Amino acid sequence: MSKHYLAIEGVNKTFGTGNKSTCVLKDINLFIEKGEYISIIGHSGCGKSTVLNIVAGLLSSSSGGVILDGKEVNSPGPDRSVVFQNHSLLPWLTVYENVAIAVNKTFRKTKTAAQRHEWILRSLEMVHMSHALDKRPAEISGGMKQRVGIARALAMEPKVLLLDEPFGALDALTRAHLQDEVMKIQAEINSTIIMITHDVDEAVLLSDRIVMMTNGPDATIGEILDIDLPKPRNRIDLADDPKYNRYRREVLRFLYEKQRKVETLTPARKTQNLKIETDAKAVNA
Amino acid sequence: MKVNTQNATGTLMDNQKVHFLHKASLQSKRMGQSFVTNVLPALIIAFLFIIIWEWMTSSPGAALPSPSRVVSDTWELIVNPFYNHGGTDVGMGWQILASLERVAYGYTLAVIAGISLGVLVGQSTWAMRGLDPIFQILRTVPPLAWLPISLAAFQDSNPSAIFVIFITAIWPIIINTSVGVRNIPEDYRNVSRVLSLNGYEYFVKIMLPAAAPYIFTGLRIGIGLSWLAIVAAEMLIGGVGIGFFIWDAWNASMISDIVLALVYVGIVGFLLDRLIGFISTLVTRGTSAQ
Repeated sequence: MSKHYLAIEGVNKTFGTGNKSTCVLKDINLFIEKGEYISIIGHSGCGKSTVLNIVAGLLSSSSGGVILDGKEVNSPGPDRSVVFQNHSLLPWLTVYENVAIAVNKTFRKTKTAAQRHEWILRSLEMVHMSHALDKRPAEISGGMKQRVGIARALAMEPKVLLLDEPFGALDALTRAHLQDEVMKIQAEINSTIIMITHDVDEAVLLSDRIVMMTNGPDATIGEILDIDLPKPRNRIDLADDPKYNRYRREVLRFLYEKQRKVETLTPARKTQNLKIETDAKAVNA
Repeated sequence: MKVNTQNATGTLMDNQKVHFLHKASLQSKRMGQSFVTNVLPALIIAFLFIIIWEWMTSSPGAALPSPSRVVSDTWELIVNPFYNHGGTDVGMGWQILASLERVAYGYTLAVIAGISLGVLVGQSTWAMRGLDPIFQILRTVPPLAWLPISLAAFQDSNPSAIFVIFITAIWPIIINTSVGVRNIPEDYRNVSRVLSLNGYEYFVKIMLPAAAPYIFTGLRIGIGLSWLAIVAAEMLIGGVGIGFFIWDAWNASMISDIVLALVYVGIVGFLLDRLIGFISTLVTRGTSAQ
């Protein structure tokens, strides 16, 4: 039994069977404490998202396991809410309803209807979206959609919040703005967060620790970097901070010197495409 | 392969819908101009058509009646759509309503069964492999070919007609629903898994709304087909109904009555299509605007 809040122990993941199988993740061990902000960084195709999906329970590991707060994870659940890269709001529901569907499901038994309504409003207020309660996702900007996605995930009061490249699809200014807000929210409610990213600045700015992954196949954790910068952090002050720049350099060095994106990546990617193609075939058949 | 054909129909309908929406917004902006831009061209063409028709059928030996003859011959039927002289001698309104009633029964059953089967085929790969080939064969059977076998099975004309409507309307509903369900983005499934929605909640809150644009495409094709089939079926089964009315008029050589009936059939079919289209824009407002 692990004493850590969230333990990812000896996780392996293999896609496919027999000759065609690809080992995507190999022996991932990661221990996270309550209130920690962890970033997982690595080149695309290195299996970052696979790690996150295993923690979320959307994928099951081939061997090894995930233990959250003393309980093993083997299916998705509201205690591990996910903010998806492309927001994944339901387009036929309004902003309010998109959060309501999560809140009403999660707290059906523990809160009254009035309390739930209150909680939905508070969650949306936290991400500054109170002005657009009755708007549909198509009527708001990409940044706003992602805010609602964050509100939906936070409103479930997860034990750990999983962010899958949450700011990847946003423009730089919106991204910075949302990063600041996530920092503020995390300081406020002390949530445990795992974030997938490929943005070095984002990782250093937001995280307590940065988990750097080696290239796949057989991807694993290369290094873990502790970011010892006082919070709250300010991106402008940090720009000249030698410590901040040293951290940045270390991540950059890992990504571009030690784990240069090499040609061996291509076969792994191909098998993935192949899988998508066969899926598409199944649909057309 | 067939799925692709249906998809193409789907986009066609969507484009049409967008076009209608666009038109609608124009109307609200410029009420005065809308009559000129939207209604007037159709009226002019209709007027020209009637003129040409009148001209071509004005000779004494013409096989078909001229528009003015149609109106004078059928004036009683036009001004008095709801008379009832007993038996099958009832007004056009009653005839249409009798047909609509059959369509309502058959179509409703087709909607329920079609959406259920479509969801099944869309959800389960095994159901698709087992059922899809059968559907693809059965859907090509012309509606009227079902009539004798349903007469044999039900031993009665009314349920047979309803069955023909049912079997005609169900295929596009099944196929479009299954395509819609299969095309639900993986993201929505993941969202529902993270929220731990149960099967019923997933069905109501995710699957139906996500597949709604496709389902409504199927419903719209289905209502058109059932209106096509009812007229043909009623010609054969007799009793009351607009199809029987046409057949009866033919037997009595009352060509003007037939012309009037065709106008009615066309208008009702148009209204049915628009009704489903209207419900569709109401229901899928959020989804299609993604």
